[in-house]
Amino acid sequence: MTEKKFEITQHRLVPKHSVLSEKEVTTLLKNYSLKDLPKMHLTDPIIETLKAKEGDIIRIERNSLTAGKSVFYRRVIANA
Amino acid sequence: MVHADLKEYIGKLPSSIIQELEETCPASKMKKVAKLVHEEFENSRISPGEAVGLISAESIGEPGTQMTLNTFHFAGVAEMSVTKGLPRIIEILDARKTISTPTMEIYLHAPYNKGKDIREIAMRIKETNMESVAKDFAINVVDLKMETTLDAEKLEKLELNSKKVQKILEKALAKEANVELNGDKLEISLKGKEKDLNQLYKLKEAIKDVYVCGIKGIKQVLPVRRKEDYIIITAGSNLKKVFELDFVDSSRSTSNDIHEIKKILGIEAARQAIIDELLQVVETQGLNVDVRHLMLVADTMCISGDIKGITRYGVVSEKASVLARASFETPIKHLIEASVIGEIDYLNSVVENVMLNQPVPLGTGMVKLVSKK
Repeated sequence: MTEKKFEITQHRLVPKHSVLSEKEVTTLLKNYSLKDLPKMHLTDPIIETLKAKEGDIIRIERNSLTAGKSVFYRRVIANA
Repeated sequence: MVHADLKEYIGKLPSSIIQELEETCPASKMKKVAKLVHEEFENSRISPGEAVGLISAESIGEPGTQMTLNTFHFAGVAEMSVTKGLPRIIEILDARKTISTPTMEIYLHAPYNKGKDIREIAMRIKETNMESVAKDFAINVVDLKMETTLDAEKLEKLELNSKKVQKILEKALAKEANVELNGDKLEISLKGKEKDLNQLYKLKEAIKDVYVCGIKGIKQVLPVRRKEDYIIITAGSNLKKVFELDFVDSSRSTSNDIHEIKKILGIEAARQAIIDELLQVVETQGLNVDVRHLMLVADTMCISGDIKGITRYGVVSEKASVLARASFETPIKHLIEASVIGEIDYLNSVVENVMLNQPVPLGTGMVKLVSKK
């Protein structure tokens, strides 16, 4: 049995993640007049592939059953 | 390429609707149809201030009363039981750490997905211990030794030989016993000065449980055919190790353990897994629950970056209001704790306002009068 490296981004359940630039963050928060966002932990396995740090906002393009594609955002937080 | 008349609706309509229009609507009528579709879409959107959580709770709760209450089994020679129906729904929504029947669906790469060597592969995935590779254990009472004959046929299937097994045993029993290879047989003798028969009997039981090969945690394997592909269904789950195997298609293989998925694939995958699992239960029960309700539940459970169950320890404990928490379960505990630390209730949500006979921030109760200065 030989072993192989496993890429989690290849998995069917994992949607496309990307880190927002500073400019995108300000327009996002302004457009939706948001104070806070849903969160994700710094230890989340996907963070490693993104090279994101604490406080970054991650854009997630989900494959939605109803809308086809839907966009979601999460803020990276340190572990509680 | 999107039709010219559809371009202005990008961002206004969901991509699935745009795609459907693109595929089904004749180009000449596109403008008119798109306008009507957009109107209809705006009308069917849920209004701000609607109690969506309440509607979801009712929409999941009502069909829940019609679900079967028992666990049932796969038909076939190798039977495997899987939690289904209401118990499974409760398990998912409570976000239990240890679920009653963890299973995996392992997809395979070509040529194995067409059924090549499927049995051998399944056997290699299954956790194997000494008991199943050994033919017998014979205890020599006089010399205080034990002899084991290995099942050569089985070893070959598992790509092992008696030498390897001896190494494994030696490692596992380094403190207690010496293991020597004698032809086809393994000779096991106790270490240390004081030897007695009791010790040897205990050792025999211990040896039976020594892990030899396969993936830890996989207790049963069952190769089945799913549409075009042959897949392996397992009892027991260990995603991390399975993904490392080269013949496994790790882009499709999944587990039904939500916490394990969160650990290996992240919170977003866990959210999707919650939806998939709930939907699967609902569908196999022949019920009809709109996915939107399940999506709302999954979103709520995953919003903090961790999976929180719909229990007093999970999402309810996150509520800002003391009164809202107290009205769910264990009221005295919440009230006492809140009074000890001097918690303030800002009365921003529904339950606490109902308790105080005030308008609730829902629907028309949500809007406030704003005056120009």
